[in-house]
Amino acid sequence: MPSFLSVWLGRIGRELPLLLGGLAAVVLVLSVPMSGYATNIVMQATTYAVAVLGLTIVLGYAGQITLAQAAFFGIGAYAVAIGTVSLGLSFWGGLLLAMAASTVAGAVLGITSLRLGGHYLAMITIVFQQILSLVLTNWIEVSHGPDGIPGIPRPSLFGYTLSGSAGYLVFSIVCLTAVLIFVRILKHTRLGRSMEAVRDNELAASVAGVNTYRVKVVAFTLSALLGGIGGALFASGFSYVSPDQFSLAESIVFLTMALLGGAGSALGTAVGTVLLVLLPESLRFLKEIYMAVYGLSVILIMIFMPEGIAGFARRLTRRLRTPAVRPHHAPALHLHTVTSDHRDEPLLVVRGLAKHFGGLRALNNVDLAVRRNNIHALIGPNGSGKTTLVNVLSGIYKPTAGKIAFADEDVTGAAPHVLAGLGLSRTFQNIRLFRSMSCLENVMVGAQRPGNDLSDVHRDLVARSLAALHFVGMGDRADDSVANLSYGHQRMVEIARALAANPKLLLLDEPAAGLNLTEKQELVALLLRMKGLGLTILIIEHDMPLVEQVADSITVLNFGERISDGQPEAVLRDPAVISAYLGEGRAYAVA
Amino acid sequence: MDILLQLTFAGIGMGSIYALVALGLVLIYRATSVVNFAQGDFAMFAAFLMVLAHLHLGLPYWASFLVALAGMVAFGLIFNYGVYYPLRNRSYLPVLISTLGASIVIQNSVLAAYGPHPANLPGALSFQGFQVGSVFLDGQYLVIIAATAALVLLQHLFFEKTIVGKQLQATSQDKEMASLLGVPVKIMIAITFIYSAVLGGVAGVLVGPIIYVSIGMGGAIALKAFAATIIGGFGDIKGAIIGGVVLGIIETFGAAFISVPYKDAFAFIVLFAFLMVRPQGIFGEKIAEKA
Repeated sequence: MPSFLSVWLGRIGRELPLLLGGLAAVVLVLSVPMSGYATNIVMQATTYAVAVLGLTIVLGYAGQITLAQAAFFGIGAYAVAIGTVSLGLSFWGGLLLAMAASTVAGAVLGITSLRLGGHYLAMITIVFQQILSLVLTNWIEVSHGPDGIPGIPRPSLFGYTLSGSAGYLVFSIVCLTAVLIFVRILKHTRLGRSMEAVRDNELAASVAGVNTYRVKVVAFTLSALLGGIGGALFASGFSYVSPDQFSLAESIVFLTMALLGGAGSALGTAVGTVLLVLLPESLRFLKEIYMAVYGLSVILIMIFMPEGIAGFARRLTRRLRTPAVRPHHAPALHLHTVTSDHRDEPLLVVRGLAKHFGGLRALNNVDLAVRRNNIHALIGPNGSGKTTLVNVLSGIYKPTAGKIAFADEDVTGAAPHVLAGLGLSRTFQNIRLFRSMSCLENVMVGAQRPGNDLSDVHRDLVARSLAALHFVGMGDRADDSVANLSYGHQRMVEIARALAANPKLLLLDEPAAGLNLTEKQELVALLLRMKGLGLTILIIEHDMPLVEQVADSITVLNFGERISDGQPEAVLRDPAVISAYLGEGRAYAVA
Repeated sequence: MDILLQLTFAGIGMGSIYALVALGLVLIYRATSVVNFAQGDFAMFAAFLMVLAHLHLGLPYWASFLVALAGMVAFGLIFNYGVYYPLRNRSYLPVLISTLGASIVIQNSVLAAYGPHPANLPGALSFQGFQVGSVFLDGQYLVIIAATAALVLLQHLFFEKTIVGKQLQATSQDKEMASLLGVPVKIMIAITFIYSAVLGGVAGVLVGPIIYVSIGMGGAIALKAFAATIIGGFGDIKGAIIGGVVLGIIETFGAAFISVPYKDAFAFIVLFAFLMVRPQGIFGEKIAEKA
């Protein structure tokens, strides 16, 4: 059973309160007579919420800002309007058209703009929003211009027409509940975790095997689709659309709704939407300064409630929640591929590698061979190019010249997530964890790399990740947030994340940096235990006693060039190495 | 040919306005790593201060101009402490959203105070302009171009020749290092906001006589200024100026020869083209994240 499905079936039970909530809302709508005004308010809140939940995915989960959600909402609404009124389709035909149009628009915009991200994305989405407003106003033959399109029909379902307000409201509430549950469960799928990893640390996500660009495009497209569905429901509900309903101001309102509720939480987003739809009614006494108060509250939310209502509620209920029950004896960590592979050829072969930054030659003509099931140390004075080499090996930098072969495959210039998929995992000198996630979730991102030996079942993913955490001695902290861990413990979680991916080759960039003496001794033991699992390790380290304890072979870099290579005893006595570390005169004295 | 010259002149004039606003954007970006989405509203706010001082209080033009600039100094300071400062240690996203919120506040405060009707601001000089051959050089456009050129020159001298200018540069290059060397980084950032507000203010006062002074004028100008910064090379000062002028010319030609209703779209089409082919802009360096 694919992981996605198993997560869905496992999680749907937990969404029972939400299903009941939706049912209660349906009963309420059907039993309480509502004024036309109240009906409109509820209809607006439900249809807006569907669109704003798109922002939960793209902004809350994937951390990408968009200021065009009202544009996708508008694309959906106009697709239904044009489809039904101008083309004579049924509502369902219009809905399909809306979904197709918003998905295509979202994918195209995402594909073209998400390579840049950040501020660029904010600007490009504003621009897209403005162009859409211009088109809706000026392309009169199709959009009917500023007058808008009236007379949009409502659907009929199983022979019942939903033309009555109560019937259509029930329909929208059902849709909202379904979307809400979808977005909530998405968070716990591989895709959802990948999105959160991209949000927390894009570089770490990519070396853990996440195709960050694709994940961002998918998040953006899903968000556009939800915007389109919301717009379709809105158009049919109010039976009239006009360009001013889908302006940049509306996009900012959508954004505010998500932020107020807490963009990272689907339920929070829905609550934020409902509040902000109701708020204008209760703030009517403010009249002209109403929008100014609105803008002010955006700033105040950012300053005082960065995680919105959901974050606030989470802090309140923290004490009430019981921690998840984890087995005391976690399964032993089994790594499969390496043990079956006893061949003698080196796992990693680097020939003539060079990396230049403009005129700076950080690496020049470097050769390196890492043998299977060895611990190979890479040493050299500060600035000798060690970290640059690891960054080239893991795909973060493209080499200027030279070849890299990994497991008999030419991987020169391959992207980080491709290399991770082939079984190359790494840690960073300055630890890079996904800071808003738990230890377990961090490690799961590593475990879910493409091409891992795990079955596709969610349970196996969790089991492997727990095993990796236990292996590094962090099993009892699985559900803790990594942000609360000590430096040494964070390092261990990062190693567990790499281990859970079942790598063929593990790159450790100064793992002992910042560790105290006890922690260093534990690290030595851990390195030897990892080797015992059959792993191949390339380690950069300054701590010579540590290197001497673990290294099977050593390569020494100085000024970007290899100056020595071989058995530890020989390398550490090499006059070239001694002079690189201690200076010329001392080298002669030792010799 | 005459029409081309005439359009180029108008394009450079409008482009100078974009350049001034873009300059403010870039300076703030370099100092804080955040794009200020309220930069266009700086121009709008100053234009309304000018309307208030000159048209309603009846102050002379140059006195009103000074009042507007003084107002922008205070405005920049308040913006720095109200919108940026409390969020300075967070990622770019909260600050960006906060500037969006500020944009809404500024626009709607002015709307509440002044009402929705646009105002018509007179030009700086009484002369209408003069004819050179078959090209008419409009007086206000000449003022805009001259003022922009003078500001750019002054700014260059300020950054290169004064201690405060050097400290501002140090702040934008490496805040931590600058702080260790005794540069008062917080004050430098406040100065940057004030100066950017003044730059935006000058743009607003100068453009007022050409377009009507309205609540929405800032948003339209800011979007063009964004586009200008990307076309010129994001974060690059000379790129912002040249990008602004290029954009002004493109837009003027587009409106004249292709379509008036879609006038605003040309800037964005050029922007998209740049993002596809050369996202680092004319002067920018290749975008890359360091490990």
